[in-house]
Amino acid sequence: MIEVRNLTKHYGDKHAVNGISFTVDDGEILGFLGPNGAGKSTTMNMLTGYISSTSGQALINGVDILEDPIKAKSFIGYLPELPPLYVDMTVKGYLDYIYDLKKCKLPRKAHLTEVMELTMIADVQNRLIKNLSKGYKQRVGLAQALIGNPPVLILDEPTVGLDPKQILEIRTLIKKLGKNHTVILSSHILSEIQAVCDRIIIINHGVVAAHDTTDNLERNHSTDHRLIARIAGPREDIVKALRNITGIKYCRADMEREPGVYEYELEATPGTDIRYELFEIVAKNNWPMLALRSAELTLEEVFLKITMGSNVDAPVVETEKAKKNEKAEAKEEEKGEDA
Amino acid sequence: MGAIFRREIGAFFTSSIAYIFLAVFWIFTGYFFYAGCLMSATTDMSVMFQSLFLICIFLIPILTMRLFSEEKKQKTEQGLLTAPVSLGEIVFGKYFAALTLYTIALAMPFLYALILSSFGNVEWGMLFANFLALFLLGAAFIAIGLLVSALTENQIAAAVVSFVVLMVFYMIDVINSYISNEIVTKVLDVLSFYRKYFAITCGLFNISTVVFYLSVAVVFNYFTIRVFERRRWS
Repeated sequence: MIEVRNLTKHYGDKHAVNGISFTVDDGEILGFLGPNGAGKSTTMNMLTGYISSTSGQALINGVDILEDPIKAKSFIGYLPELPPLYVDMTVKGYLDYIYDLKKCKLPRKAHLTEVMELTMIADVQNRLIKNLSKGYKQRVGLAQALIGNPPVLILDEPTVGLDPKQILEIRTLIKKLGKNHTVILSSHILSEIQAVCDRIIIINHGVVAAHDTTDNLERNHSTDHRLIARIAGPREDIVKALRNITGIKYCRADMEREPGVYEYELEATPGTDIRYELFEIVAKNNWPMLALRSAELTLEEVFLKITMGSNVDAPVVETEKAKKNEKAEAKEEEKGEDA
Repeated sequence: MGAIFRREIGAFFTSSIAYIFLAVFWIFTGYFFYAGCLMSATTDMSVMFQSLFLICIFLIPILTMRLFSEEKKQKTEQGLLTAPVSLGEIVFGKYFAALTLYTIALAMPFLYALILSSFGNVEWGMLFANFLALFLLGAAFIAIGLLVSALTENQIAAAVVSFVVLMVFYMIDVINSYISNEIVTKVLDVLSFYRKYFAITCGLFNISTVVFYLSVAVVFNYFTIRVFERRRWS
């Protein structure tokens, strides 16, 4: 299990991470979400002892990473943003080296075979790492983290560079590993975090902007009331007609997708289903509806929602600074709406 | 430490640095052996040992340049520093890998000594003192090169800077001759690498020389460990 208390990292005046606290229990998968430069990798680097924290504490299975780094590190399997691969070695040679480096005591041959089979790299084991594709390199990186069967896995964007089939396989693997490991996983891709993680932490400007279970986040930010419709017909008239739907908050014509056919972004007040009325309007006016889908929840949207705090029931805001940020952003939002 | 040591030895040979280092080192020992012993028809190898000092200044930076700079550049350093090993194990693993390769290089002049012994009387005591001096010289130089390698992420920069640093240590005597301040001269005299080495090649074995070279190796390896510690805390 991982306990993080008030972890802070300053680079001179720059606050890369500012007072992050959370715990991850055994058999739990925690997702780290946040834009680039939010402090995800810095936090992970502090947890794994690559860099020290300015203040605060990180306990891995109860061992402080700064007080007994070697013991704490022995509990961790870490896949950094760039897998630390020696490209002039073969996959097998490299994993053999990692096995020795970690002073692993499991039966060597059986363990290496098991890890290579789990990460699906057994077929390239005799090839030089520099000749492998990005996806294979990423999986060798994951294999390296799994060697020694550490109880804690910290994975920084583990599915980067994989093809969709491999992404699915790796996700399944992480989920399986999550049953008896403590896992922290970072990603830019919300759907990935949703598919794999039990809990999510959203980090922004080095502070925890939100901390909630995946279910709660989904419920709170569910997109049923946001639709994208592709309708053929006169643009101005359509927008005007759509704005008359009961409960609609927002309607805007988006890009021209086909000649004379636009996509319209519709947002209704939460809890209202505007699809019936939408259908009636387009049918009445004889505007063929070519497509209708619910707007995808992008990381940015959830992120903005959470940091602005308009739709969230109880975001766990950890520090004073976050609250201030929130207020400032909320004000800006109000101003924007007025305009 | 064993894992890092084995990997570095492997990397020396896959990256061809080992071959270049050994080939060049052996070319020069061969030439100096030919010029110093065979041409002069003597079993006294001290000329060869004296000449090898400068060769070490050129070649040891090539041996050490890659060791840490490449780790930093390829970001593999992150794997090392998050593995359950101490900084000392990392530094000494690499240090002893380079020292081992250097020791392999010393096998060739030893072979020459064996060849000589079949033709005439070899002064074995002096010869072993010479070998010990050359070995300790390498041990000190490798520690210096390793520290420079830890300070940059560019192999070439590491090689050039190590070369310049070693050259400065070599030139201490020359610099010293221009200084009139007695205290400074005395201090520089103590730090002189070449004077101590030269004395041994002339048959003046001094235990303080052994202590000096070993101290340099230990101190510079300690500095390297400190570099990583400081980087972690910065």
